Amino acid sequence: MTQIAEAPVSPPPIRDERVGRKSLLARLLARPEAGALVGAIVIYVFFFIIAPPFRSAASFSSVLYVTSTYGLMATPVALLMIGGEFDLSAGVSVTSAALCASLFSYEFTTNVWVGVLVGLGLALFIGFLNGWIVVKTGIPSFLVTLGTFFMLQGINIALTQTITNQVASPDISTLQGFSSAQKVFAGSFTIGGVNIRTSVLYWIVFVLIATWILLRTRIGNWIFSVGGSAPSARAVGVPVGRMKIGLFMAVGFMAWFTGMHTLFLFNTIQSGQGVGNEFVYIIAAVVGGCLLTGGYGSAVGAAIGALIFGMVNQGIVYAGWNPDWFQFFVGLLLLGAILLNTFIRRRAEASA
Amino acid sequence: MFRSPKRAVAIAVMAILALVLAACSSTGGKKAAEAAAQGGTSVAAGHANTPHYTIAMITHAAPGDTFWDIIRAGATAAAAKDNITLKYSNNDDPTQQAQLIQDAINSHVSGIAVTDPDPAAICPAIKQARAAGIPVVMFNAGVTTWQQCGGMMYFGQDESIAGVAAGKRLAAAGAKNVLCVLQAQGQVQLEARCAGVQQGLGSEGTMSKLYVNGTDSSAVLSSITAELTRNKSIDAVITLGAPIALIAIQAIQAAHSTTKLYTFDTNAAEIAKIKSGQVQWAVDQQPYLQGYLSVDSLWLYLTNANIIGGGQTVLTGPSFIDSSNIAQVATYAERGTR
Repeated sequence: MTQIAEAPVSPPPIRDERVGRKSLLARLLARPEAGALVGAIVIYVFFFIIAPPFRSAASFSSVLYVTSTYGLMATPVALLMIGGEFDLSAGVSVTSAALCASLFSYEFTTNVWVGVLVGLGLALFIGFLNGWIVVKTGIPSFLVTLGTFFMLQGINIALTQTITNQVASPDISTLQGFSSAQKVFAGSFTIGGVNIRTSVLYWIVFVLIATWILLRTRIGNWIFSVGGSAPSARAVGVPVGRMKIGLFMAVGFMAWFTGMHTLFLFNTIQSGQGVGNEFVYIIAAVVGGCLLTGGYGSAVGAAIGALIFGMVNQGIVYAGWNPDWFQFFVGLLLLGAILLNTFIRRRAEASA
Repeated sequence: MFRSPKRAVAIAVMAILALVLAACSSTGGKKAAEAAAQGGTSVAAGHANTPHYTIAMITHAAPGDTFWDIIRAGATAAAAKDNITLKYSNNDDPTQQAQLIQDAINSHVSGIAVTDPDPAAICPAIKQARAAGIPVVMFNAGVTTWQQCGGMMYFGQDESIAGVAAGKRLAAAGAKNVLCVLQAQGQVQLEARCAGVQQGLGSEGTMSKLYVNGTDSSAVLSSITAELTRNKSIDAVITLGAPIALIAIQAIQAAHSTTKLYTFDTNAAEIAKIKSGQVQWAVDQQPYLQGYLSVDSLWLYLTNANIIGGGQTVLTGPSFIDSSNIAQVATYAERGTR
């Protein structure tokens, strides 16, 4: 009946698995942007092999350019999604800001920089309004910004038509200050024979700033906590309302910046532009690892998501595929990227 | 820095106001446009003393497409002359456009001017309008089916004929590899233009198609640049709308291409580019005429039972705007009527 407890022979040095060190690869794969990075590499290699024109540096510069026009907006949209909200008006508010700047300086014959500042004011106001309604009413941002999306679309067309009797803004390239504004917002430079637009540099800079805010500042912590659980965040003293309004205004700010780029690149803005781009921004953020439910994601991930979208967009043209199937291939490749992304994240979580 | 946020806001507002006052541009802008356009700038032709009518104009214009500005300018001018109240509405979704026609029938307008991009969706509504005793003229789109739909007159361009004419001119200019840029997928009239260009080129050259996202200028720029980089043998690009042509100019520069640029349709900015030689020529379907004639013909029918065209299509195009007539057209384009 008696049992003799056997003394363990040379117990293996067990470390608590909760503080255990994972391999570098496992840690990398557990990052939000890991799946997107693998997806981007796969798509790059894919087009590199099948589309010879894709291989040149000039082509890649063109890919980076179209990426930057989406990436500039995908960055704040990702922050907003991490903070637990959507902005469906992001696409048209780019056009609103550009129209406002252009029409103001044309109608009052001012230096274009005045219009640029007025456009900034409007864009920040749109962001503030979105955020304020969401915070004050508690209505899901999906619905609130769907409303402002339609309103802005209507305002863009109606005001442009009323003011100018046409549906595009007049050419402002002869106004004073145009050339300096063009240099700032829509410039380009040449490195090693390859022409690169400055929007690519701005995009990278803004992604770095957003990453620094998310990972190294208190505001970054607050964004994650607000998106993870707003009541808990409020309970520990995070100013939830101000955070959300601030995030919407960040989207407004970047909408202004992107709008200025478009305005000064093309001199004129069509009032129906930008519709549909809001989904591209959200897709870029989601492909890059942002959760639709908030509280998780990264700015670098959104940048890689935008790059995937840019590569697919341009790659299909470089590959010379049947143009009738263009939209289909865009969707197919994006779906593939998302599946790969999800697969890798599950694997990383399972092995962690 | 500021003792209260209110004071900071007040100072910011004052700073902006001061900036606005101080920073007027001495070049360009509306002041310059107004100075350039003194005197008679519109096509005005008196005012009729016939009874007052209300006419509905319902188009498939996509939001923000400059082409329709010119159609509307023509329709407005005719309405002003004919003592007519013009009710303009548009929707690029055919079923919604059909609903707009239904709305016009229900509000008992005196006449309807309508475009028909999709006969299956639009024709039933037009037939209903005729059954309700409302005269209907058609314009711009629906050239092959307007008689069956119950339209009384048609003002527009046969897109195939226009495409063939453009293709022949391209062949005459020595184009071997033509790129036809379509700003939307699945639109009959755009496809008809490209098909016509191919037919007009005949055995002289080949044509390839490129679809771009017309609602995103940056994407249009990148797509055309990519295609010109991929296929270096392209020696002619033909776009199907003025805004796209303006972007194509930048794409050709970005791709360091020597290809020549041609286009369908015009707006003021593009006509300036024909003047400067960056666009070779434009196929013009005279949208002002389409808008003007649609309203004016309804007025003639309502006041004098006239029918224009004898049951046949009244063609408003194609005509070409090139270096030979650009000087004349440019002045009209500035005021938005060409």
